[in-house]
Amino acid sequence: MAQTNAPRSFQEIILRLQTYWSARGCAILQPYDMEVGAGTFHPATTLRALGSTAWAAAYVQPSRRPTDGRYGENPNRLQHYYQYQVIIKPSPPDLQALYLGSLEAIGVDMDLHDIRFVEDDWESPTLGAWGLGWEVWCDGMEVSQFTYFQQVGGYDCKPVSGELTYGLERLAMYILGVDHVMDMPFNDPQSPIPLSYGDIFRQTEQEYSRWNFDVADTDTLLKHFEDAEAECARILAEPAEDPKTGKRIVMAHPAYDQCIKASHVFNLLDARGVISVTERQAYIGRVRALAKQCADAFVQTEAAGQAA
Amino acid sequence: MPDLLLELFSEEIPARMQTRAADDLKRLVTDALVEAGLTYESAGAFSTPRRLALTVEGLTAMSPTLTEERKGPRTDAPEKALEGFLRSTGLTKDDLEARDDKKGQVWFAKITREGRTASEIIAEVMPGIIQNFPWPKSMRWGAGSLRWVRPLHSILCVLSDEAGASVVPFEIAGISASDTTHGHRFMAPAQLRVTSFEDYQQKLGRAHVVLDAGARAETIWADATNMAFAQGLEVVEDKGLLAEVAGLVEWPVVLMGDIGADFLDLPPEVLQTSMREHQKFFSVRNPKTGRIERYVTVANRETADNGATILAGNSKVLAARLSDAKFFWENDLRTIRSVGLEGMAKPLENVTFHAKLGTQAERIDRIASLAREIAPRVGADADEAAQAARVAKADLASEMVYEFPELQGVMGRYYAKVQGLSDAVAEAAQTHYAPLGPSDDVPTEPVSVAVALADKIDTLTGFWAIDEKPTGSKDPFALRRAALGVIRIMEQGKKRIRLRQLLLNYSATLIPDTIAFAKEGEKTLEVGSYKLLSNKFDLKELTKAGRRVVIQRCGFGGNEVGDLLAFLHERLKVHLRSDGIRHDVIDACLPMPQNDDLVLLANRTRALQAFLDTEDGANLLSGYKRANNILNVEEKKDGVSYELDPDPKLSEGEAETDIFTALDQVEATIAPALEAEDFAAAMTALASLRAPIDTFFDKVTVNADSAIVRRNRLCLLNRIRVTMNRVAIFSEIEG
Repeated sequence: MAQTNAPRSFQEIILRLQTYWSARGCAILQPYDMEVGAGTFHPATTLRALGSTAWAAAYVQPSRRPTDGRYGENPNRLQHYYQYQVIIKPSPPDLQALYLGSLEAIGVDMDLHDIRFVEDDWESPTLGAWGLGWEVWCDGMEVSQFTYFQQVGGYDCKPVSGELTYGLERLAMYILGVDHVMDMPFNDPQSPIPLSYGDIFRQTEQEYSRWNFDVADTDTLLKHFEDAEAECARILAEPAEDPKTGKRIVMAHPAYDQCIKASHVFNLLDARGVISVTERQAYIGRVRALAKQCADAFVQTEAAGQAA
Repeated sequence: MPDLLLELFSEEIPARMQTRAADDLKRLVTDALVEAGLTYESAGAFSTPRRLALTVEGLTAMSPTLTEERKGPRTDAPEKALEGFLRSTGLTKDDLEARDDKKGQVWFAKITREGRTASEIIAEVMPGIIQNFPWPKSMRWGAGSLRWVRPLHSILCVLSDEAGASVVPFEIAGISASDTTHGHRFMAPAQLRVTSFEDYQQKLGRAHVVLDAGARAETIWADATNMAFAQGLEVVEDKGLLAEVAGLVEWPVVLMGDIGADFLDLPPEVLQTSMREHQKFFSVRNPKTGRIERYVTVANRETADNGATILAGNSKVLAARLSDAKFFWENDLRTIRSVGLEGMAKPLENVTFHAKLGTQAERIDRIASLAREIAPRVGADADEAAQAARVAKADLASEMVYEFPELQGVMGRYYAKVQGLSDAVAEAAQTHYAPLGPSDDVPTEPVSVAVALADKIDTLTGFWAIDEKPTGSKDPFALRRAALGVIRIMEQGKKRIRLRQLLLNYSATLIPDTIAFAKEGEKTLEVGSYKLLSNKFDLKELTKAGRRVVIQRCGFGGNEVGDLLAFLHERLKVHLRSDGIRHDVIDACLPMPQNDDLVLLANRTRALQAFLDTEDGANLLSGYKRANNILNVEEKKDGVSYELDPDPKLSEGEAETDIFTALDQVEATIAPALEAEDFAAAMTALASLRAPIDTFFDKVTVNADSAIVRRNRLCLLNRIRVTMNRVAIFSEIEG
């Protein structure tokens, strides 16, 4: 892709997305400060998709999938990667056009490429969430997930949020014409100190791959899982009225942090290969139960449109 | 005669739902129009990824004016009754007419329903049709509450006749019907205004939308095969994929690309599966070598560079996909070379097949021992069958099958060959799963037959033992399919196996492998059912001593085996019914000896059905029924069974002696015929009874005055019954 407006680096693609969605009225948030498996886990999506309050946000979310670690050797697979996430509630009628505009903004020439919306219904068993939509194909490659949320945490989404998730590395590699993710320019190759994706992440991919697969202490992780589960329940068991301030403070977000934590610990345990097929379902069910309780708590809050 | 044009324009409709939705739209709209009193000449429905369209031609302009007369209350009825009648008819008292009826003067109302215009009717029915449209899965969007498959953007609804076109005015969820739509999303996004179906189809064509899915599929197939032919290649036919791809594009542009040389040596099934499942590519084969060498992809647009960028992108994605597949393939080959297929299967020790039936590895052990036992009965070598069973499921632990579950068995065949196993073993690895559907081929190679039967019998016995039988529409472990598989494999291959003993023996080996037991050992084990045991003990703590006791004392007993056989018989009935064999004909054969030999049972049933279809058979059946009825009545009346041997010396007249002669002959013929399992011959022999029995009933009175003669005749009827019952229990047959 050698167009004149072609971006020259991974970070330029991110910056252009930020600029594009900022110009379309989204609050540009920063990544959530916890380990998550996908941008959807950010409370700005999971929790804000609940309730009646209008919402529009966009952010980069570093995402971790321990089982996808390949010691930095696989051209496409990473245990740590970036997603770009856009969430708008209610979903605007021109969301598809807005999305296509964002592709143009990052240098995809609509006159040369074949963009397709291919059925792909999204479901997150751990979040008790599902929606209908597509995976978006560019020349046969999946570059984004496009979803109209129907339920989160067991609640019907009313109004419906439109969610866009861009797999940034894959999309950027395609736009920049790079075959191995580690070879991708992270900053401008003309910079005084040009840095590739590999310069920044090859070593960490190795370190985490080793730790994820072979070293992480499973007893400790199991304990973390149980601690997070217990803490989540404990937080939510507190009465809504804070005895100190006398105010009604439902602690949906701190509880949800514990749910995120449990989910990530589960992913780590999975990567360590200590979860059998039958246990797997049980763990997923436990995380889903936490997500459900957090949703129950959030819908009682002001952010969900409840009177304070 | 106006024509209706309707289009529902939305975001991309899943390909798999489009055809059905177009048909539903046609049915719902035309039904509603007819219901409202309109008629039409023809209708056609169309779909693309973004639209459902309907044309209804030759519609009547108005529904007819209808007059209906309704009878009301009597004129002397209370005022309330009259009020109610007026309310329900919407008339005033002046509109009513009093007339004489049987019971006196009664009010009659004449209600006229004015005809309505087609436009009014359409505007009235459309919102309901849209709101209640039967999508398999629908959604809400934005802040609205309308459900559609994906957000609905516009509705085009136009009625046209010689005088011109007009929009049918209606509105739903803020969308007003109009006479506009849009062309191709990228190539011609501008708004189009249309006046008729012809105009619509033409303008869409110019705006790069082929409305008809069939036409899109034809274009794709013609272009793809031409393109391949020009290179001396052929496209691998895939109708399902063709229909799907035709539902992903409005303007199909066929492009052919290369598969990197690195990947050409992958098994063709791997290339095909990876390309079809992930990329929706067609495979292009070199007919000379049989190898998949290129691919065809279908883009949704033309570009200035004739698709070069699109094709380059697709090839790149494919290369990444196939790198994965190649990586799995090479890893699997490495595993087999270093630890063999048995080594590859090792992780199956940790894979649970079912919580109460142990691991996949334990199941493989059981299937291997069962295959060994079955082998000699189906003409297979016992060692080879056991070996095949051991490796047949090894591919479940391969990386390739983990990634592409649909390649199970296919990879098993390749991997068995890599290990240097015999063709028979490799074949069994692939075909032992068959038949999966009622029309699938069944395995015929003896080793495959042994493994396929062992696999299915293990499944049936296992789930029977833990009481997970199919109920109603629920059959989560596909046991009906397994039973049908057993029946079809046996029948097609004429494999003769007495199942009762096999199941009894097998269930005994099944239980100790799967139940928990043993700590208590032989002494303290209580007699109990399997279910009790499975709850009581832990699977892993089983000793050999314990197993023996379990076998002896709480094995899957005769009752459970009988129940499982009854299930197989039930499936056999369903299977034979499709060949036109009635269930009662099978019932007549079920009580016969060796009914656990399904091939024998099926042969007997088929012969009996064929016999009953002849005139002799049908008449003999009524003769039998007559004899049987008389016997039943008289035996009941007299309180005795007439089971003595009738004495020919007591017969009076030719009609009676003939029966004795005929029975002697038939019995002499039937015995060797049955011995030889020649049921047709046995039936033919029975046929010779027809004439003497008919004559007997014509000429002879069974209830003779002489008690001795009467008893002898009843015993003679019994002899007829007994003789015929040696072939089948004719009393089970209806009619």
